[in-house]
Amino acid sequence: MLRFLVRRTLGALVILLIVSMITYALFFAIPADPARLYCGKTCTPENLALIRHDMGFDHAWPVQYWNWLSTIFTGGTFNNVHCAAPCFGYSFAKQELVGGILLNRFPTTLSLTIGSAVIFLIVGIGTGMLAAHKQGKATDKIASSVSLLASSMQIYVAGPLALWALCYSTDLLDLPTYVPFTDNPIGWAGGLLVPWIVLSLIWTANYTRMTRSSMVEQLSEDYVRTARAKGMSGTSVFMRYAWRGAMGTIVTVFGIDLGVLLGGAIITETTFSLQGLGELAIHSFRDSDLSLLVGITVVAATLIVFFNIIVDAAYALIDPRIRLA
Amino acid sequence: MTTQAKPEEVSAGSGGTPFLSVRDLSVRFSTEDGVVRAVDNLSFDVAPGSTLGIVGESGSGKSVTNLAVLGLHNPDRTEITGSIKLDGQELVGASNRELEKLRGRKMSMIFQDPLTALSPFHTIGRQIGETYRKHTGASKKEARDRAIEMLTRVGIPQPTSRVDDYPHQFSGGMRQRAMIAMSLVCDPKLVIADEPTTALDVTVQAQILDLLKDLQQEMGTAIILITHDLGVVARTAQDIMVMYAGRAVERGTVREVLKAPQHPYTWGLLSSMPSLTGDVNVPLKPVRGTPPSLINLPSGCPFHPRCDFREEVIGGGCTSERPPLSPATGHAAACHLKQVQRQDIFIDQIKPRLG
Ligand SMILES: Nc1ncnc2c1ncn2[C@@H]1O[C@H](COP(=O)(O)OP(=O)(O)OP(=O)(O)O)[C@@H](O)[C@H]1O
Ligand code: SF4
Ligand SMILES: [Mg+2]
Repeated sequence: MLRFLVRRTLGALVILLIVSMITYALFFAIPADPARLYCGKTCTPENLALIRHDMGFDHAWPVQYWNWLSTIFTGGTFNNVHCAAPCFGYSFAKQELVGGILLNRFPTTLSLTIGSAVIFLIVGIGTGMLAAHKQGKATDKIASSVSLLASSMQIYVAGPLALWALCYSTDLLDLPTYVPFTDNPIGWAGGLLVPWIVLSLIWTANYTRMTRSSMVEQLSEDYVRTARAKGMSGTSVFMRYAWRGAMGTIVTVFGIDLGVLLGGAIITETTFSLQGLGELAIHSFRDSDLSLLVGITVVAATLIVFFNIIVDAAYALIDPRIRLA
Repeated sequence: MTTQAKPEEVSAGSGGTPFLSVRDLSVRFSTEDGVVRAVDNLSFDVAPGSTLGIVGESGSGKSVTNLAVLGLHNPDRTEITGSIKLDGQELVGASNRELEKLRGRKMSMIFQDPLTALSPFHTIGRQIGETYRKHTGASKKEARDRAIEMLTRVGIPQPTSRVDDYPHQFSGGMRQRAMIAMSLVCDPKLVIADEPTTALDVTVQAQILDLLKDLQQEMGTAIILITHDLGVVARTAQDIMVMYAGRAVERGTVREVLKAPQHPYTWGLLSSMPSLTGDVNVPLKPVRGTPPSLINLPSGCPFHPRCDFREEVIGGGCTSERPPLSPATGHAAACHLKQVQRQDIFIDQIKPRLG
């Protein structure tokens, strides 16, 4: 296990290096000059050069990349703002340290993800199990068609629709806002309820279908038949054998989904005007805010890589045939 | 082992009241293509402590028959008629609860491929112990001790440590031993072994069969042994039933059926396998043609499209009339050929080929 963790962490660091480097390279492949954005209307060439120098844009990108990388460990000072290690740079557009912005935004994305994940896991897996249990019967058919319908829905359609139905026209629920959990847990849940519902509506369908199909597959496995042949009850065959077998697939997909969701649900956050990482990504891109863009990319990539490692470790716990090395 | 069975006894039986008695069993599956008649009007008995070998080519309904005995078919898509009596108790139409209580305790099953038939997620000890706990209400500790005891009995070395292994840590032969331990943990009086050695290599096959035989003698278990291999039946069984297209086409004691087979399909089976006496120079001749569709069975004798002897049936009838399994007791075959004809054909044409 330790060997596995060390090996995978090293691998993850290499991936993150490559990802950040590619982000840098791509940024400079786009013909945009961020310095010009901050130069203002009366922009003289001298001024522009000065700003460029301040922002560090007067070097070739590999040099800039190297500076960015070393600043993480050494820290630095930008615009008279001190940035202690680990320092992820300074956003000239927002006049703030990148690390601070990310820390500020992450709780929103995290809350959005956790809430909807809880709903779509419980509802999705529950419905999928029920459908597998009633395979071929009316319950199964209804569950399957409803989830097919739900999964074909898009957030930019379902989102405004839900806002209209639940908030604007009926006042049933609050308009989406983010209140920190530690300030007011009820306000936190209330403010995120609508996005949770919409997000989980769309994601639930995936989990319903996946749970159903892996359960159906497991139920036809030889070892499940053996369990029945030795007198195990229906419930125990279903839960202790088939579900145990189906769990691997679900945990794998969930781990990957979680990484993606935590990296920022761009469309969801924009639809509900929530200030999470996804919404931040759009802004940083629009503002050609390189250091922020790289920061977000690294955070998103870290989350994905991290959950991949977790998934593999969890899989080994579920299936004793898998050995971690 | 009597050939002169009592009149009411349908099988070639080994005498006494049968432990398992199957009468007019039919199993039909509804599928998209139509109704599959996997088992049709099948009757047989298994006496306590005896072994019945069921042979027949792939798709002849051997597994379906025995899954019906255990009640493992999906009731939504399967229609089962007839009667299956286990120790006097009717199983056709029995509730799931009743069947659960019988499975693993009074009757159990050994499957072909122990790698897929054992759960990869649970230890061997847990899988054995679980059966024991379910039927005896034993504690975890008692179940574990029992599992170790069973592993010892089936010849697993270091059972106290191997009990905590997972199936993938066992070799193929050991897995099948563990499977046997699991099926015998509650001393069932009937064990159905569905091709228990097919997935194993030859040397291990013999060991597993010997083990089954020894345990049977110790515990007085009746065994139904399903196999493609007549050699295996010859070594282990007292009675044989030959199945074709979901029906019994020949049945009798091992001696009768192997020494003086009466049905053309049995002749085909015997010619298609390496000589029982070990003469390897006689070429193998598989039964010609392919197994029939169970949705659209051939009219008359279902074997007629593949039979070389239907010309010899006096007055025809092979394509129009289904031959019954007769006589009703003792060594019997389902074929329109006259008893003397079968004898002559076997002695003149078949036997010389068998070597
Ligand atoms: N659940 C099912 N639905 C439809 N058809 C089935 C089902 N189970 C078995 N059959 C069909 O019933 C027939 C008999 O199958 P069975 O498994 O009993 O054959 P078998 O004699 O055990 O063959 P093998 O030697 O290959 O194990 C086959 O044609 C099979 O396709
Ligand atoms: S009844 Fe006719 S076709 Fe069938 S096995 Fe006998 S001889 Fe062959
Ligand atoms: Mg079979």
